[in-house]
Amino acid sequence: MGKIREKFEELRNKGKKAFIPYLTFGFPTLKDFEALLYVLDSAGSDFIEIGFPFSDPIADGPIIQISSQTALDRGVNFLKLFSFFKRVKRNINTPLILMSYYNPIYDMGLDNFFKKAHPLLEGLIIPDLLPEEGEDFLKKAKTYNIDTVFFISPTTQEERFSLIERASSGFIYYISVTGVTGPRKSLPSSILSHLKKVRKKTSSPVCLGFGISNRVQARKFKKYFDGIIVGSVLIKKIIETYHRKNFLKEFKEFVLWLNS
Amino acid sequence: MSKKGYFGEFGGRFIPETLEYPLRELQEAYFKYSQQKDFKDELNFYLREYAGRPTPLYFAKNLSKKLGLRIYLKREDLLHTGAHKINNALGQALLAVRMRKERIIAETGAGQHGVATATVASLFGKKCDIYMGKVDIERQKMNVFRMQLLGAQVLKVEGGSQTLKDACNEALRDWVTNVRNTYYLLGSVVGPHPYPLMVRNFQAVIGREAKQQILKREKKLPDYLLACVGGGSNSLGLFHPFFKDREVRFIGVEARGKGFLSQHACSLIKGRVGILHGSKSYVLQDRFGQIEQAHSVAAGLDYPGVGPEHAFYKKIKRAEYVAVSDKEALLGFKMLSETEGIIPALEPAHALFYLRKLAKLAKKNSIVIVCLSGRGDKDLEIVQKVSS
Repeated sequence: MGKIREKFEELRNKGKKAFIPYLTFGFPTLKDFEALLYVLDSAGSDFIEIGFPFSDPIADGPIIQISSQTALDRGVNFLKLFSFFKRVKRNINTPLILMSYYNPIYDMGLDNFFKKAHPLLEGLIIPDLLPEEGEDFLKKAKTYNIDTVFFISPTTQEERFSLIERASSGFIYYISVTGVTGPRKSLPSSILSHLKKVRKKTSSPVCLGFGISNRVQARKFKKYFDGIIVGSVLIKKIIETYHRKNFLKEFKEFVLWLNS
Repeated sequence: MSKKGYFGEFGGRFIPETLEYPLRELQEAYFKYSQQKDFKDELNFYLREYAGRPTPLYFAKNLSKKLGLRIYLKREDLLHTGAHKINNALGQALLAVRMRKERIIAETGAGQHGVATATVASLFGKKCDIYMGKVDIERQKMNVFRMQLLGAQVLKVEGGSQTLKDACNEALRDWVTNVRNTYYLLGSVVGPHPYPLMVRNFQAVIGREAKQQILKREKKLPDYLLACVGGGSNSLGLFHPFFKDREVRFIGVEARGKGFLSQHACSLIKGRVGILHGSKSYVLQDRFGQIEQAHSVAAGLDYPGVGPEHAFYKKIKRAEYVAVSDKEALLGFKMLSETEGIIPALEPAHALFYLRKLAKLAKKNSIVIVCLSGRGDKDLEIVQKVSS
């Protein structure tokens, strides 16, 4: 069993749900990113999702697009990502899940990528990779013992649930809406009925992501899912408060409030 | 083409989960309807009566004499809306109607595919939104106005390079959001399966006609087929029906832009295998796998990727790919205007210029079919600006 699944077992035994915040690697700057990472590490995160910036993020809305472009303009790349985590990994207790579009990983070469990734990262999310296309990727992930996360969306048909579960050694990422990442004032009520169908066919942890923007939503969905993922709302908060002196403190308070 | 939607090792479906089902639905609809007689009849009707097919295969007498080749122009520029894009737009619109989608979206670079899509949306009474990069909106103003006249909304894309690549990203994001009621009418042989296959099949009418026409005229197959390659739909449309005729050589002309040391759009010649917009093919990317910006004076070629079937043709050496610069394309543009009285679009002007090089390499009087994929009206302003 991978580290992510172990952690879910641990949470389940305690009757707890996972809180999974997201940061874009190198945003707003590499130095601030490091500080934000430590904030999340000390603010009750069960996992931290790290988004690796890509030039063409087709599954992301404007907020994550801006953060990715800013980080890319400052020159982030995989070499920098790996040397960064080599340096800071020992300071962080929370398991890390990398989210990256497939091209940078494919271009690096799967072997090369996994060799560098496996001591530093506990899980991987590839938003433009379907289990059907991921045969080589899944083999390597297994060899290097990195957990994988695949998606179920509102358009996913029941016949693919078990295929997706088999590919997801970490957890299943349930996408709340048809759409790209970004905060939503309200989330569709069909989520819960669709989740029921997912639960019938699967037994792996299922976490909800995309669109969660406030504590009310977070609380509501933590009741039904094994965890929730919050991304854009955090990046938005960073953008809005970055110029302030105590922005790290404000960020921490915001994260604690979201998860309370 | 394998079952999973690959041409050799190229193609596939690299897309967010939300699009898995809509793509499967599209694939099933395409395979089902495109085989049915009423679909074929209706498509043929619109291609003939509305778009103006068959297009002539015109023997370019003056140019042939000048270059010592037997040059035939496949006159896609004479089609309604001014380019080959209408062939695919009509085919996919008939699918959208059968799939009962109420809204059609598309990406566009030069605006030709946007105009073709806006046209068919108007014809079949569908709501239509076209994504177009800010840079392209500025350099193809007339096409923006045409789309608006046809009742479409042109949505400005300001992210990234503000050209075709980013228009594609935005169209995909729209589709992910509105999958249930929206048909994404992709304009080239790129994107996830089944688009590369489907678009090529709708464009193959170019090559099927050309084959009949050349056999009638010359009593034999041509020596060369020549076409520009951006995403690659006009070239594959011409090439594919000749695939098994091994003696016919295919030449795809990519845009060398300002030169290989500066910015260009030669994905096949200079790119590496990677994943862009849902399929595996050659991609212009930096050494860390980020997609690079392409450049071409021809907005329709200004794209850092290329259709997976072209990648396959390159791999198996079925086609040869060459590059022509912005400056050379302008010479090709003038050459055809002055010798034949035909003003080409800047995209096929790349292929036309290459005739001059081919004339030196090929046997005298070789038969060459060039796909004249579009007319030059949209480019007059650019040419005027660059020439002065």
